[in-house]
Amino acid sequence: MSSYDFYEEIAETPVCVILERYPLAVDYLANHRLGGIDSSKTLPAALLDVDPEMLEEFGLDNESIIDHFCTFLEAFRSDPDDRPDAISSITIIGGRNKSGESENEELTVRPGEIISIVGPTGSGKSRLLEDIECMAQKDTPTLRQILINGTVPDEMRRFDTGGKLVAQLSQTMNFVMDLTVREFLEMHAKSRMVSDVEDVVERCFECANSLAGEKFSPDTKVTQLSGGQSRALMIADTALMSASPIVLIDEIENAGIDRKEAIRLLAGNEKIILMSTHDPLLALRADKRIVIKNGGIAKVLTTTANERKNLVKIEKVDNILLGLRNSLRKGEVIDDGVVEEFMDEWFWSFLR
Amino acid sequence: MKMITVAGPPSSGKTSVILKTIATLGLPEGSVGVVKFDSLTSFDHIRYNESNIPVQTGFAGKICPDHFFVSNIEDAVSWGKRKGFSVLITESAGLCNRCSPYIKGILSVCVIDNLSGVNTPRKIGPMLKYADIVVVTKGDIVSQAEREVFSFNIKEVNSNAKVIFVNGITGQGTFMLAKYFSEATEIDTLKDRTLRFTMPAAICSYCTGETRIGDFYQMGMLKRMEFEE
Repeated sequence: MSSYDFYEEIAETPVCVILERYPLAVDYLANHRLGGIDSSKTLPAALLDVDPEMLEEFGLDNESIIDHFCTFLEAFRSDPDDRPDAISSITIIGGRNKSGESENEELTVRPGEIISIVGPTGSGKSRLLEDIECMAQKDTPTLRQILINGTVPDEMRRFDTGGKLVAQLSQTMNFVMDLTVREFLEMHAKSRMVSDVEDVVERCFECANSLAGEKFSPDTKVTQLSGGQSRALMIADTALMSASPIVLIDEIENAGIDRKEAIRLLAGNEKIILMSTHDPLLALRADKRIVIKNGGIAKVLTTTANERKNLVKIEKVDNILLGLRNSLRKGEVIDDGVVEEFMDEWFWSFLR
Repeated sequence: MKMITVAGPPSSGKTSVILKTIATLGLPEGSVGVVKFDSLTSFDHIRYNESNIPVQTGFAGKICPDHFFVSNIEDAVSWGKRKGFSVLITESAGLCNRCSPYIKGILSVCVIDNLSGVNTPRKIGPMLKYADIVVVTKGDIVSQAEREVFSFNIKEVNSNAKVIFVNGITGQGTFMLAKYFSEATEIDTLKDRTLRFTMPAAICSYCTGETRIGDFYQMGMLKRMEFEE
């Protein structure tokens, strides 16, 4: 199938029918200031009424605009087999670190799995991410190789899905568009060519609200959301709407959201999760953790049963802080003895 | 010598993208040269000098930047040949969003940034529409959704373009861009090649220095707006 398939259809079908069949064509016409053409005619016929000088301003004429429009329709043809998210596993085959020593690691990750990445700042965490993103084939400085579904991705796929493989979430990200939460979600849904926009938007909104500490309405401007609320919306949106099968989370520890729930939500939506973190609560919740040192993968650890047991203790320690945070919020004074009180509670909780 | 033209609105990150991509290309020092076309003033040569990249800067001044570009591009190529570069990159600021200093057969890159608003791709004309590669910068500070909507809007305007996200600070994403750079066409001259799109028309009295306002002073190519009654 190619853009040629559309020529006949466009030549014979009135514009209004085309717009119904391909809703995105509305944007195409608007982008070329053609929103007002007579939609009861076919596009070639309607174009006869258009001032050629105006088309010329877009670098087009009556004929080339048809070609251009066909290319547009072809580009947005929804082809379920061609989705980048049809990924059942990615494999990272180790290369070498900054000193040239071999990494000696091979790690296969599947959707639903959570991998944490630990290591000092500047140790090479983002390099690892980029290797995955561009599906390195021993041709990046690390000499790593990335397999998709167990095989070497062909060059076409490498170039075409580049950038769409990995979705990123980080502390430094903000919303910049001037839209309400609902408009924002609708816009994203449209760009993903989701068939049931309303349903997805609704689910996404509810999800974001369940993650956020304080609730917000769909008519709030995204730029007016608090740090925690926007993080919650970003996570819900990435989980439910993003095309990317891999999600990289960069240090979301202080986001003021339900972190556990957030991770569970992403993993539950069949995403592969790579999470760079220093937070033991998050790091130990992962199935495995990659330890980065000197630009290379130093080792890959599988979270042990003992670590999971300790996770319960860490959660309790975390609850002490959480309790103190809530006291502050309520306007209480953290006086002598208050911390001890929380600690005591923690101590007793172990005996229970 | 391979040639690549890079265009984009002011402050979109063109220089950073070029610098990081040159570093990723990993060619010997002195084998990649840059010609910077700007309007009034530019400080980018300082950054190129810091990285020991040979650079020439030209200022369009009162001439339309696009016209200035096309009338100097052949000399830029000769300069590159004389210097023995294996890659020559031109950088120009597309100031009126209509500019598209792209040449048929020469790799054309448009750099725009994510902060400029999700609908910006729909407003930028030929500079975006005729590019082979659209590089999106500053993606690290906006949400994933905005990145996706942004690249969708780019695809709506230029369905054939490859969209590459590049972080101008860390250089993340330049690997793919460098791959495209290294596959650019080898040229000796640009003579007889053609532009991808006509330059902005500008032959009116104001082009020749007229400053007074009023019908009486307007001559040449003019376009009048129609106002609703």
